[in-house]
Amino acid sequence: MKIIVCVKQVPLTGDVALHPEKYTLLRQSALGMLNPYDKEAMEMALALREKHGGQIYVLSMGPEQAREILRECLAMGADEAVLLNDPCFSGSDTLATSYILAAGVRKLGGANLILCGQCALDGSTAQVGPELAAQLDFVQITRGINIDIESDILTVQRKTENGLEWLTASLPALVTILQAPQSSRLPTVKGAIRAKNKEIPAWNAVDLAVSRNSIGISGSPTRVRRIATPFVNTAVSCQLITGQTPEQSARVLIGKLRENLIL
Amino acid sequence: MDIDGINKNCSSGIWVFIEQTDNKPKDVSCELLGQARVLAAQMKLAVTAVVIGHGVNQVAREAIAFGADKIFLVDGPEYEHYSTDAFSTVCTKLIYTYKPAVFLLGSTEIGRDLAPRVACRVKTGLIADCTGIYFAADDKQLIWTRPAYGEAAIAEVVCPERRPQMGTVRPQVFELPVRDAYRSGEIIQVDSPVSFNEIRTSLVKTLEKQSKNNSLKEADIVVAGGRGVGNVKQFLLLETLAKKLGGVVGASRAAVDEGWSDPACQIGQTGQIIKPKLYIACGISGAVHHLAGIAAARTVVAINKDPKAPIFKRAHYGIVGEIEQIIPALIEQLS
Ligand SMILES: Cc1cc2nc3c(=O)[nH]c(=O)nc-3n(C[C@H](O)[C@H](O)[C@H](O)COP(=O)(O)OP(=O)(O)OC[C@H]3O[C@@H](n4cnc5c(N)ncnc54)[C@H](O)[C@@H]3O)c2cc1C
Ligand SMILES: Cc1cc2nc3c(=O)[nH]c(=O)nc-3n(C[C@H](O)[C@H](O)[C@H](O)COP(=O)(O)OP(=O)(O)OC[C@H]3O[C@@H](n4cnc5c(N)ncnc54)[C@H](O)[C@@H]3O)c2cc1C
Repeated sequence: MKIIVCVKQVPLTGDVALHPEKYTLLRQSALGMLNPYDKEAMEMALALREKHGGQIYVLSMGPEQAREILRECLAMGADEAVLLNDPCFSGSDTLATSYILAAGVRKLGGANLILCGQCALDGSTAQVGPELAAQLDFVQITRGINIDIESDILTVQRKTENGLEWLTASLPALVTILQAPQSSRLPTVKGAIRAKNKEIPAWNAVDLAVSRNSIGISGSPTRVRRIATPFVNTAVSCQLITGQTPEQSARVLIGKLRENLIL
Repeated sequence: MDIDGINKNCSSGIWVFIEQTDNKPKDVSCELLGQARVLAAQMKLAVTAVVIGHGVNQVAREAIAFGADKIFLVDGPEYEHYSTDAFSTVCTKLIYTYKPAVFLLGSTEIGRDLAPRVACRVKTGLIADCTGIYFAADDKQLIWTRPAYGEAAIAEVVCPERRPQMGTVRPQVFELPVRDAYRSGEIIQVDSPVSFNEIRTSLVKTLEKQSKNNSLKEADIVVAGGRGVGNVKQFLLLETLAKKLGGVVGASRAAVDEGWSDPACQIGQTGQIIKPKLYIACGISGAVHHLAGIAAARTVVAINKDPKAPIFKRAHYGIVGEIEQIIPALIEQLS
């Protein structure tokens, strides 16, 4: 069983710096972390490997700094990690990103199963997984919360708007992960040491033989034109009720809410 | 990869994907038909609805009543249940044949499964989870707005060259148009381009949620508690306050992590996105991840002992005080 997990580094906090003209993320400016959903995908991959054996490859397109999250995945137990890194990848929208990731998957010789996070916390489009599946013509199953494999037949439990659903399909397939079943796995010292010493190759546009027309800003059909911060625009001025007894505060608040027909 | 998408100058028409349950179009699809009509008037285009399902003639007629001029109806047992393979193949084939300028889908679970698969197959851009669509007459393209960075910002995204310009749009962003049973439109039956053996997934089991937890999403008044509520007993008091106000109780992630509240009640970026008329945040600091869930709340009240808590920046009214005193006083006041 060969599993590829796609992982993305996302900013740690809500305050992210943007390129003042291009409105692309200045990733260097924010501390990065492994996208939480991708961590769930890693957990799922580890559980599957435990049951069925095989290898876990982690793949990330991003700046040099993204090696940190690849190491984190190696420490969790991934077998191999590859960084897709080239200055001309920057500014890629989801179509271009999925195209580059697909090239990475092909260069890795394909996979039986590809796992992505349900969405990345920064761009939050939840599009890269399905688009990657489309690029590779893989079966696509989104919102997975549990995976079972029996003789090349995959059963995915997924969370839907109405409850739960079980889908089956033959491998190969791509599943996006909403959450993994609880695990009690702890990072091991052995894993951390292995992760530290492990070579992480980086592949650029030439290595991947990707077409220049399909990557980066020029290969992206969508553009972010402007970013505004609504909280500044709609900044509400708060009427603070302070320094009174709880009873007075409660009376003043309810009074104001009634007065303004909110209650 | 060769770019074999659709030429922008040969594209026309605004399409809406109609999602349906129980032989009725979903509200979000009708809302999109309404907005499509607005854009169609500005762009001088017609509105077409794409209806896919089994025995869904009635859905097609409803789509006309809500604003479609023309329907592409693909009906057959292959479409009884949604599948990525069947639905994306239908949309892809229709798009390549009829070359729409715009294709709108609801930002629902199905919309967000289907739209990226289709966008990638027709090599166009897709704007995710939009909260607005405007037509810019000067450069004749659509401007899509969507929350970014956990709703801390609004991004304007465009798709200047490739067609169709595609987007998934959140429910309840646009008004539900008035249904006009006398509106006329044309229903075009399209032969199914998919056979069963091309559908690679099969649905083997479903389990409906016991109580569909829509109450938070639909509530007009939400009282939410955070870590500052202190303990489970005080958290239960929020229930009493909510009842007095005719509202429901929600929680921050910290309160869920403490075990005071069910994860289904978590509000925020990784929880529920709500749109109450009144939101009362009790002992919640106001982290961006939490604020992401209440961007649409009309009036926000914050109760916090720390006058510098960030939640006050998002609140219209605030009480600086201890939860254990303020909540009982509010309950008392309302009794
Ligand atoms: C404000 C803003 C708005 C944007 N809006 C749009 C838009 O509407 N449409 C659009 O096409 N693009 C948009 N983009 C660009 C988009 O964010 C990037 O293409 C980004 O590289 C991937 O999208 P995402 O973060 O949304 O990932 P998602 O699609 O949310 O990520 C889902 C999963 O895909 C995998 N994945 C994603 N990126 C990578 C990666 N680099 N390496 C490895 N695995 C990965 C991970 O498993 C991840 O969990 C926007 C960017 C910004 C800054
Ligand atoms: C990727 C990611 C996703 C996340 N998603 C979500 C999400 O969906 N929803 C969410 O809520 N959070 C989410 N979080 C967590 C979020 O960042 C915050 O940690 C969380 O919202 C904090 O919850 P809180 O405000 O209840 O607790 P705290 O931040 O601990 O705040 C407690 C507040 O209570 C006040 N207080 C304390 N005692 C009292 C008292 N006796 N009386 C009155 N006030 C008192 C304090 O002054 C403080 O302001 C996410 C975080 C990450 C990293």
